[in-house]
Amino acid sequence: MEIFVQQLINGLTLGSIYGLIAIGYTMVFGIIGMVNFAHGDVFMVSAFIALICFLLVTTVMGITSIFLALAIVLVVAMVFTSLLNWAIERVAYRPLRGSFRLAPMISAIGMSIFLANFVQVTQGPRNKPIPPMITDVIVLMDNGSYQVTLAWKQVIIMVITAALLGGFWYLVQKTSLGRAQRACEQDRKMAALLGINVDHTISLTFVIGAALAAVAGTLYLMYYGVANFADGFVPGVKAFTAAVLGGIGSLPGAVLGGLLIGLIETFWSAYFSIEYKDVAAFSILAITLIFMPQGLLGRPEVEKV
Amino acid sequence: MAVQTADTAPPAAANPVLGPAFKDALIVGLIALGLFGPLIGFETVIIDGALGLAYRPSLLAIMVGIIFFGRLLLNVTLWSPNRKPSTHTGPTLFDRAGTVMGPGVKPALLAFAVLFPAIAIFSLGGLNESRYLIDLGILILTYVMLGWGLNIVVGLAGLLDLGYVAFYAVGAYTYALLATSAPINDFFAGLFGATFWANWAFWICLPMAGIFAGVWGMILGFPVLRLRGDYLAIVTLAFGEIIRLVLINWVDFTNGGAGIASIPRATFFGIPFNAGPDGFAALFGLPFSPMHRIVFLYFVILALALLTAFVTVRLRRLPVGRAWEALREDEIACRSLGINTTTTKLSAFATGAMFGGFAGCFFAVRAGFVSPESFTFDVSAMILAIVVLGGMGSQIGVAVAAAVMMGGMEMLRNLGFLKQIFGNDFDPSLYRMLIFGFAMVAIMVWKPRGLVSTRDPTIFLKERKAVSGDLVKEGHG
Repeated sequence: MEIFVQQLINGLTLGSIYGLIAIGYTMVFGIIGMVNFAHGDVFMVSAFIALICFLLVTTVMGITSIFLALAIVLVVAMVFTSLLNWAIERVAYRPLRGSFRLAPMISAIGMSIFLANFVQVTQGPRNKPIPPMITDVIVLMDNGSYQVTLAWKQVIIMVITAALLGGFWYLVQKTSLGRAQRACEQDRKMAALLGINVDHTISLTFVIGAALAAVAGTLYLMYYGVANFADGFVPGVKAFTAAVLGGIGSLPGAVLGGLLIGLIETFWSAYFSIEYKDVAAFSILAITLIFMPQGLLGRPEVEKV
Repeated sequence: MAVQTADTAPPAAANPVLGPAFKDALIVGLIALGLFGPLIGFETVIIDGALGLAYRPSLLAIMVGIIFFGRLLLNVTLWSPNRKPSTHTGPTLFDRAGTVMGPGVKPALLAFAVLFPAIAIFSLGGLNESRYLIDLGILILTYVMLGWGLNIVVGLAGLLDLGYVAFYAVGAYTYALLATSAPINDFFAGLFGATFWANWAFWICLPMAGIFAGVWGMILGFPVLRLRGDYLAIVTLAFGEIIRLVLINWVDFTNGGAGIASIPRATFFGIPFNAGPDGFAALFGLPFSPMHRIVFLYFVILALALLTAFVTVRLRRLPVGRAWEALREDEIACRSLGINTTTTKLSAFATGAMFGGFAGCFFAVRAGFVSPESFTFDVSAMILAIVVLGGMGSQIGVAVAAAVMMGGMEMLRNLGFLKQIFGNDFDPSLYRMLIFGFAMVAIMVWKPRGLVSTRDPTIFLKERKAVSGDLVKEGHG
């Protein structure tokens, strides 16, 4: 029982991070119908930007309040990552609209390889550890031999994720930008005829996706305390799995899928085998795509000529 | 840095071209500063066990400066609004070079590939001295073969396979496991003598590796080939990773991350390359040299690569090959015409997988050691990049791309002046994947049909369409 509760907490924490990344996949897929393969690496770059900013803030500027530092790091990482993703869309994807169907995918794979190796070349291939930031924990249950703990950083992750998702939901449902986005998702040509700047809306979609990925990157860095150039690939695929599982194109689906993948991964590691946890995630991806391509909350895809 | 230069530059408002060009370059320079600022401007370094920052302002200034002045230069020259639009609509330089060299280039390349060991040996003055070059030739040819194998899947059938390395791994492990298996060795030792299996393992396992990989291609392909293109890519990626993770974790079967060592070497059709009385050298009356085996391996991989090319060329003339190309151009039209898309895709997938298996078997026998480390996603990405750069569907393009990307990087490593410019620890092969990634994006943006060659369908009805199939979306044009 105690182990179960502990894994539930860990799984929800991990799932929050996956959910934040998955939104980036699902939004881009919804609006331009491409799998943004580089999104996982954008997440990784954001963790590095957060790492550098954190070091600047703590060692150079000498800010000791961890919460102030975290807030600054979050904002800086969001700004720079958004700029990066905006530039990527502009350079690598926008010229390919209307090209043959595999072109954006190949371009995205190239961009993913480029980003990972750019970080490897500029920052070195080694793990970059930072000292643990917030180590306080709340003991929820204690049966003498096993303590169920809720770390403060887990609370922070869940609170930030929930707050951001609320704001994001408001943005998509209530603002004119969100309306434009949903319109482009349904019919890009019609949206353009009605005076929506489609290119602008797509750019903003990438910016929002990157900002959420940057939050995920910062929280990931805070939670695990380590950044590595290869860290974009596996979390990226898992977040994509989450997006597919929840139904690609569906925003609540991405969050639900993220939480599910996080839970499945932690429970699998706890009860079956930690070695095969990635195999489990990858298998879920394959199984979902084969048997349930519309996911849990998605709409079935209609093929039109 | 670039921003400061911008401030001190003379005002350029007099010229209507220069002003906007300057403004545009300034904006791009600022964006570049924002993009490169964090990752190039700072380096995270570990000092005394703790993470600290090192600053690289000059490098950042150089990078941003290059982008600023490059953009400015382009704005006032190539992209200038005053410049007359190019009236030259004929074939580009690459196309013309292609037509001029067209008929001669294939035999010439083939002759060069066949004579390469001889050229290497004579130009370097001895068997042992040429080892490096011939090893490089083997590496390039392995990637040429993998490129040609993946070309069947990606270039001909238009299926994006990101897990091609899985079949390479299946081939390599098939040979490694069978050749080192004690029961099989004992079984053949009882029938044909003690050294039979060690001498013949490669030649018996080579076709089996291909068949196994092909069967794996069918097993993996069957459920996923109904998926749309980009889903297929991700699922193949997932399968590739699953196979690698199983190879790492199933220690009883594959020896895990430690890999399988002392795999039997290749033999000259049963005659081992050793110094003994039954060895290759003694039998042919040559002085013993370990290079005999290397040169022989070179010809084995050359033959395998040529087999791949030959089979592909012949398949393109068969109905199944035509169906692959049709599928690549327009899947919905194919279905309307009664082509069974699932079996057509499956045949392409399995054929490509089979050649990947052959290449894997060769990899195992050449290295004498396999471990899951050799079969990461990077290898898949590298092969895909070679196919994309060469022009999807083009044989010669893939070969040239493999030679340039694999061989070129190795050559760069030995150039002394690069070390003088970039410092002693400069290793160009670190930048290989960086260049691969960048090149993939650049090719898709500028020349989606590939740098070297085109990928027009083999046959047309009546005339070529004004718009090629690769410039329009599926089902359009």
